Amino acid sequence: MNGAVASSREELDVQRFSIAVSIAVPLLAILIQSYLPLKLKLTPVFDLPLLVTIFFAVARRRPVPGMITGAIIGTLQDALTHHPIGLNGISKTIIGYFASSIGVRFDVENPGSRFLMTFGFWFVHQFVYYTINLALVNVRDSWNWGHTLLAAFSNGFLAIVLFALMDRLKVRS
Amino acid sequence: MESFFVRYKNPLILMAVLFVQIIALATQIKRTDSPVQAGPGGTRLIRVWTVSALTPVEKLFTGTGRFFRGAWGNYIDLHGARRENRDLKEQLDRMKLDQSQLRAEVEQTHRLEVLLDFRQRVISKTVAAQVIGSSGSERSRIIYIDRGSHDGIKRDMAVITPDGIVGKIKDVFPRSSQVLLINDRESGAGVVLEKSRLQGVLRGNDQGELQITDIMSDENVHSGEPVVTSGGDSIYPRGLPVGTVMNAAADHDSEPFLRIGIRPAAKLDQLEDVLVITQMAEHSPSVAEGPPSIRAADVLAQRLPSITKPPEKDKDKETGLAGPAQSNAAQANSGPANSGPANSGPANAGPANSAATGQPPASPVQKKPEAPKKPAGGVESTSGQGNKPPIKRAATQTRPGATPDTPTGEKPPR
Repeated sequence: MNGAVASSREELDVQRFSIAVSIAVPLLAILIQSYLPLKLKLTPVFDLPLLVTIFFAVARRRPVPGMITGAIIGTLQDALTHHPIGLNGISKTIIGYFASSIGVRFDVENPGSRFLMTFGFWFVHQFVYYTINLALVNVRDSWNWGHTLLAAFSNGFLAIVLFALMDRLKVRS
Repeated sequence: MESFFVRYKNPLILMAVLFVQIIALATQIKRTDSPVQAGPGGTRLIRVWTVSALTPVEKLFTGTGRFFRGAWGNYIDLHGARRENRDLKEQLDRMKLDQSQLRAEVEQTHRLEVLLDFRQRVISKTVAAQVIGSSGSERSRIIYIDRGSHDGIKRDMAVITPDGIVGKIKDVFPRSSQVLLINDRESGAGVVLEKSRLQGVLRGNDQGELQITDIMSDENVHSGEPVVTSGGDSIYPRGLPVGTVMNAAADHDSEPFLRIGIRPAAKLDQLEDVLVITQMAEHSPSVAEGPPSIRAADVLAQRLPSITKPPEKDKDKETGLAGPAQSNAAQANSGPANSGPANSGPANAGPANSAATGQPPASPVQKKPEAPKKPAGGVESTSGQGNKPPIKRAATQTRPGATPDTPTGEKPPR
């Protein structure tokens, strides 16, 4: 029964975004993420590419497109840093995969679940990034619980607003 | 077997994607040991494409923002422009006086540098650039500027503002460049504390704060002490402002050392325009290269009508015939060494003094008649129009304890 429900929801959600939106929105997110910290000091706390990855993965509800989207967005984000390419790519690949899996099983349309989901995925993303950086690059980042918690809250609240705006980009058949 | 792949299709694809990325990451880590720091071919391409795609849009953003801000700013600036202009003119007059004094001190320094065969690297060419983007990450303190290899930018060039140093060029693209800020964890700069002359290495930390961690804990470091570049890192020229000491405490991670927090001089989180030092020159100073000599007294004479040039007849006295003014000094230095060519003799400043000027001892003709009226030392001895042995000697004799070769450092009254 569950499988049938999931299958029908999945069929409904196929082609939910136009190709232009699928390309332009992640690029715009990366662009804003790069430009805005020059004007607003606190903006690096937010991770718009991560929010976009979560949104597309959850909305499409298909793991493979979700992880590919995460991999591409993360790789582009890495390209703007001076760190090795792959740290954000791997982290966001994992986030894209699990976010799409959650989208199949839970209702992720209401603001409360979106906040909790983003809050949780922020922690997962930070943890995966920290682990890869330590294990593969041999760089130990400092882990500040207070800062991470605050950033998770901030991104959770931003996700509520951002996802509501991005809902309008969906193409409903 | 087929059912296994069908059933676990998604996890298998995930593992394959992760595997590819991990291999790519491991390859980069291995290759960073090589001299080519820009990254291996594949990742270099990804960076170039990404930055090249984003740069035009970021330039557009920056240009549009500047246009509107500039238009608004111009309108606002019109209010009070006249008053500001008057204030600036007054400030300029004051600074001209200060500059003339500083110029004299610079000349003195030049002479000493010649004496010591001192060489230093100075900034000979810079390129102005606008900040158009950042990495967007707290972990990577990177900014992008709108100048690249087409503008002569190369790796490891220093990036500064008039306030202080900003960072160095990390990677260069055709139309843009990546700048690693000094508060990044991976950056470093050789610095020296201006007063105590303690040298150290400035580093950033994870929070984007600047600190020096290699000064011993038994040293005295005071809050507010300026920090400048030492020039030892071969990237930043010597003497550029870095910041000021905020605090100093024992570093518990490395016990015998201090952890000195530095407040950056440049506003690293509000950067808009920067300068890239594209050319450094090896400078071996000579007196001839020094700035044209204008004394504070000359500037004053131009501005204050009460101070006039001495009468023409005083020129006779310059030829070695000591007049009343000079005779005061001559009386203090009575003896044959005071007159004529004997001024260059050992009784006067001697060889050390003439070497310090970088010129042979000056003939009396070069003396200025108003010179004896000046207080001793400082400006008078460094005017660059030839040394004035009698005056200098008189000066040194009026200050007990000062040796002939020691500049007194006194400033003339304004």
